[in-house]
Amino acid sequence: MLKNLTFKQRIWLGHAWRWLVAIILVGFAIFPVLWVVSASFNPSNSLATAKLIPDNVGLDNYRYLLNTPEFPFLTWLWNSIKIATITTVLSVSITVLAAYPFSRLRFKGRETMLKLILLIQVFPGLLAMIAMFTLVTQFGAIIPALGLDTHAGLIMVYLGGAMGVNIWLMKGFFDTIPRDIDESAMVDGATHWQIFTQLLLPLMRPILVVIGLLTFIGTYGDFILARILLKSTEQYPLMVGLFIFTSGEFSKKWGAFAAGALIGALPIMTIYLLLQDQIVGGLTQGAVKG
Amino acid sequence: MGVRLKKQPKIPSGTLWKVTLRLLLLLAIDGFVIWFAMSAFAEGYFQLGVVIALLGAGTNYVILAKDLYPIRWMLVGLVFMTMFAIWPILLTVFVAFTNYGDGHLLTKQQSIDLFLQERYLPEGGNAYTWTGYINENDEYALWLQNEDGESYLAYPGKPLIPAAEASGLGELDEDGIPASVGDYKRLNAIQVATNKEIVDVQFGTDLDGVRIRSAREAAQLEPKFEYDAEQDTLINHENGQIYTPVDGTWTSNKGDRLSFGFRAGVGFDNFTRFFKSSALRGPLFHIISWNFIFAFMSVFMTFSLGLIIAYIYNDRSLPGRKIIQSFLLIPYTIPSLITIIIWRGMFNNEYGVINRILESLFHIAPAWTVEPNLAKIAILIVNLWLGYPYFMLITSGALQAIPEDLYEAASIDGANGIQKFFRITLPMLLVSVGPLLVASFVYNFNNFNLIFLFIEGGPPIPNSPTRAGYTDILISYVYNFAFAAGRAKEYGLGAAITIIIFIIVAAITLFQFKYTRMWEEVGENA
Repeated sequence: MLKNLTFKQRIWLGHAWRWLVAIILVGFAIFPVLWVVSASFNPSNSLATAKLIPDNVGLDNYRYLLNTPEFPFLTWLWNSIKIATITTVLSVSITVLAAYPFSRLRFKGRETMLKLILLIQVFPGLLAMIAMFTLVTQFGAIIPALGLDTHAGLIMVYLGGAMGVNIWLMKGFFDTIPRDIDESAMVDGATHWQIFTQLLLPLMRPILVVIGLLTFIGTYGDFILARILLKSTEQYPLMVGLFIFTSGEFSKKWGAFAAGALIGALPIMTIYLLLQDQIVGGLTQGAVKG
Repeated sequence: MGVRLKKQPKIPSGTLWKVTLRLLLLLAIDGFVIWFAMSAFAEGYFQLGVVIALLGAGTNYVILAKDLYPIRWMLVGLVFMTMFAIWPILLTVFVAFTNYGDGHLLTKQQSIDLFLQERYLPEGGNAYTWTGYINENDEYALWLQNEDGESYLAYPGKPLIPAAEASGLGELDEDGIPASVGDYKRLNAIQVATNKEIVDVQFGTDLDGVRIRSAREAAQLEPKFEYDAEQDTLINHENGQIYTPVDGTWTSNKGDRLSFGFRAGVGFDNFTRFFKSSALRGPLFHIISWNFIFAFMSVFMTFSLGLIIAYIYNDRSLPGRKIIQSFLLIPYTIPSLITIIIWRGMFNNEYGVINRILESLFHIAPAWTVEPNLAKIAILIVNLWLGYPYFMLITSGALQAIPEDLYEAASIDGANGIQKFFRITLPMLLVSVGPLLVASFVYNFNNFNLIFLFIEGGPPIPNSPTRAGYTDILISYVYNFAFAAGRAKEYGLGAAITIIIFIIVAAITLFQFKYTRMWEEVGENA
């Protein structure tokens, strides 16, 4: 049968089954998202919606979200963006500075340090949370601006993780830049700092953007640390705030949760879809370069 | 054009003003560190003070020593890493060898001090007849008379006042008892008989405390415990037992234990308990095997689906390829905390949209959160949804990096599509993506967020001596020991299990170093 088809028909068939499979896969991928969209427009605030289009479509949940003083949604959103942005800028700066000597300088303990950094990353941090809580409490007793319930304290703890897998990604990218470039500058008497800032940093821009985005997204989505270190509702970032709607402390407000989740996910979704190719490049860098 | 010299750039010994600037900066840092460490000691945070001081000393050394120039670049990162990553890890390791937890939260001295404050009413002790008074705020006062005819006035929390020094006394009756004290009015017999509160009030201070024992009698409290520093024992005067500390628990010769002890090193006890205790062993085998199955299946499923998608839609001639890929990426673009909670709602047995649909189509409603195997399947489905886009991205990049001529050569040799996939594509991919597969395994091995937010480790294993569920993995099991509400915290045991998890994932990570390219790359240009 298939052998009788013309070349064009075969191509068409090849596209058709791929599209068919794509419909099933896309259905799986966006099913929960559709359900969230539906729940966010459903004023009954419940889980029990089998219908995709609810009976009384309305913006009640969105209004509730923006107009309830006990749940300062916009403050949460702003907190999240603020915390994630500051963490990202500081963390990327720390990482790129630390990655430079790992790529360009040879020193004792270099390999050991690289391995150690990775091992620290795989330590299950759950119980270390107790120590971090104590640590931030004590910091707060000495410098109140860095204590519990402050964004600065939270950011400080996030920066503890800056020297992590990203060092490997960054070092990998440094390694791809030919050393001839540095060497010719060295002949002209340039210092490491000059080579770093004037030659390499501009070339590093793509990976800096990618690692920055990944750090931003990771911080934006963090829950546990923020939940432990922040106490008052106005200080919450979005993820901790949204969790209130689903926890038993108040009657569960699934509609508001869905609306908040959609608004909260939108910035990240946009970033991903717009910069898909760059992010893919960054993610695959460590694995498939060369 | 001179000859190209292969030399390293000069490490800046610097001009005069640069050196001065660096020294001034160092001076500022040192000033801050010294102030901070002193403040820490003043607050009683001994450990924090020591860590800060050591970090400060290290900073000085790195900035001043010339051969540590490379470390200067990462100094800030190292300081933060030491403070907020390494230090908490070291504390966790330390805690694993102690009994730290509920009942063992205090230091030894604190626990002794607390016991020394405890009072009891001795049988014979200083006895008084009492008269009660009450004011408008429902506060009480007592007029006490002992056998020798001495009288005292007693308020809660204040030392006893001898009658001669008492002020505001009203008219005395024939027994020498005032009718009122200040704004306090004397209780009459009926009030005394019906009042239940006054019995619970302690009058006087901890040292001379007086409590009511009967309708007529009140008696002075005496210290319940005495600490014998030489023998290191606590003596209970009430029952005469002598308690000695055993692994941080005050234990008497009869085997009685006091309600709380103190932090103490217990050596490898937590570890041996983990492996030997029958209470823990019950669910343990199940938890560990599910932990491995969960991590392996998660990686296998997400990688497979990701690879299949990347392989099918790698063809650039397919119309709408970009749109399909964007849609398929969506699960990756929403913070997982949100989507896990959403899936939890969708899998709800009664209201969930999944069972609603299954019911209307097939008239079945699987008990996802009750039936252990169904719960595991649900978790794997959710994790597949969460994880496949990552491998879709990775493998689509990796596929493009496989040289085209390999496939051409295979075609000439007469290989078909399936052969090409299993002989060329897969092996090439596994080489390049291998480290990420291992990393994903390690990540899922400790995927606390998913297990906890989706189902809290449930459904519970019945008759399990410790709290454990069928979907618990080690790290969520640890949560039960350290944070779960309503049960005694056992940080020591939790920390010990944490270390066991770490040994497992560290071994896997180091194994990966040895057998993949990542390791070679570190070494290659050394």
